[in-house]
Amino acid sequence: MTKHITSEVTYYVIFAALIALTLLTVALSFVELGGGMHLIVGLVIATTKAVLVALFFMHLLYSNKLSWAMFLSGLFWLGILLAFTLADYLSRDVMSY
Amino acid sequence: MSVKETYLWHHFDDLEQQHEATSLGWWTFLATEVLIFGGLLTGYTVFRAHYPLDFAVASRHLNIVIAAVNTVVLLASSLTMALSVRSAQTGQRRQLLRCMILTAVLGTMFLVLKAVEYTEDYHENLVPWMAFRDSEWTSLGADPGHVKMFLMFYYILTGLHAVHLLIGIAVLAVMTELARRNWFSADYYTPIEAWGLYWHFVDIVWIFLLPLLYLVSTHAH
Repeated sequence: MTKHITSEVTYYVIFAALIALTLLTVALSFVELGGGMHLIVGLVIATTKAVLVALFFMHLLYSNKLSWAMFLSGLFWLGILLAFTLADYLSRDVMSY
Repeated sequence: MSVKETYLWHHFDDLEQQHEATSLGWWTFLATEVLIFGGLLTGYTVFRAHYPLDFAVASRHLNIVIAAVNTVVLLASSLTMALSVRSAQTGQRRQLLRCMILTAVLGTMFLVLKAVEYTEDYHENLVPWMAFRDSEWTSLGADPGHVKMFLMFYYILTGLHAVHLLIGIAVLAVMTELARRNWFSADYYTPIEAWGLYWHFVDIVWIFLLPLLYLVSTHAH
């Protein structure tokens, strides 16, 4: 049976990176960045953290192509949901409610 | 029968195929979970895009300290969950039990802090259907209806996340008891690995809820 065992050190390093990114995103939220930068910065850091969790904690890095296909199709469907909904709502002038 | 054969369901050729089928099944389930939270987040995005100022004013009243501490607690639980799977892979029983119990304790700690936060929200009149004063928001230049909209998204998103975590802790507790009874081994640890996938997914949901609900406008005071 093929199984990949990640070293304990790798898990601790990823954990340290996740904590550092959490402190960073909280700290940056108190800084005046202007415009819609806070949302972008918050989402970029969150996505980075999510990718680290998926690749290392969820072993996606060592998983077969089928698991990758399911992972990516989940994101693809979410993309369709967001893109088509927003294309509708954001192209209208005012909401009636 | 050899040890390996006892773990193998009759409809699979070998343990590797069984393991990969389980993994694929869990990733499929998680893809549907993405869409459960994704639907709510899409609704949130639409309303935030239309009422950015009201959402910003409302978000500022949430407790960022508890949210940040809870993020660290949940990330730590993901670390111990990953170490649980590793201990199972290497057949270290004592460490497996220790890591699984620690994961459940950290998950419970998150829920306790969340309960403290909800109580505080109630005392600060942030609960639309129980404790809410329109005048407080109009004096801040915000529309009370739109503030209620933000708060409802806050309760439904964090509430659904908390329910997921509650299920996560309950199943983990059962698995810990099974591990104590030597149910798993270095040859067979698929259930622990599968539950690890679920646990990490719940962690990822919270990773996105932190900036979307709490860090909207902390800079503006």
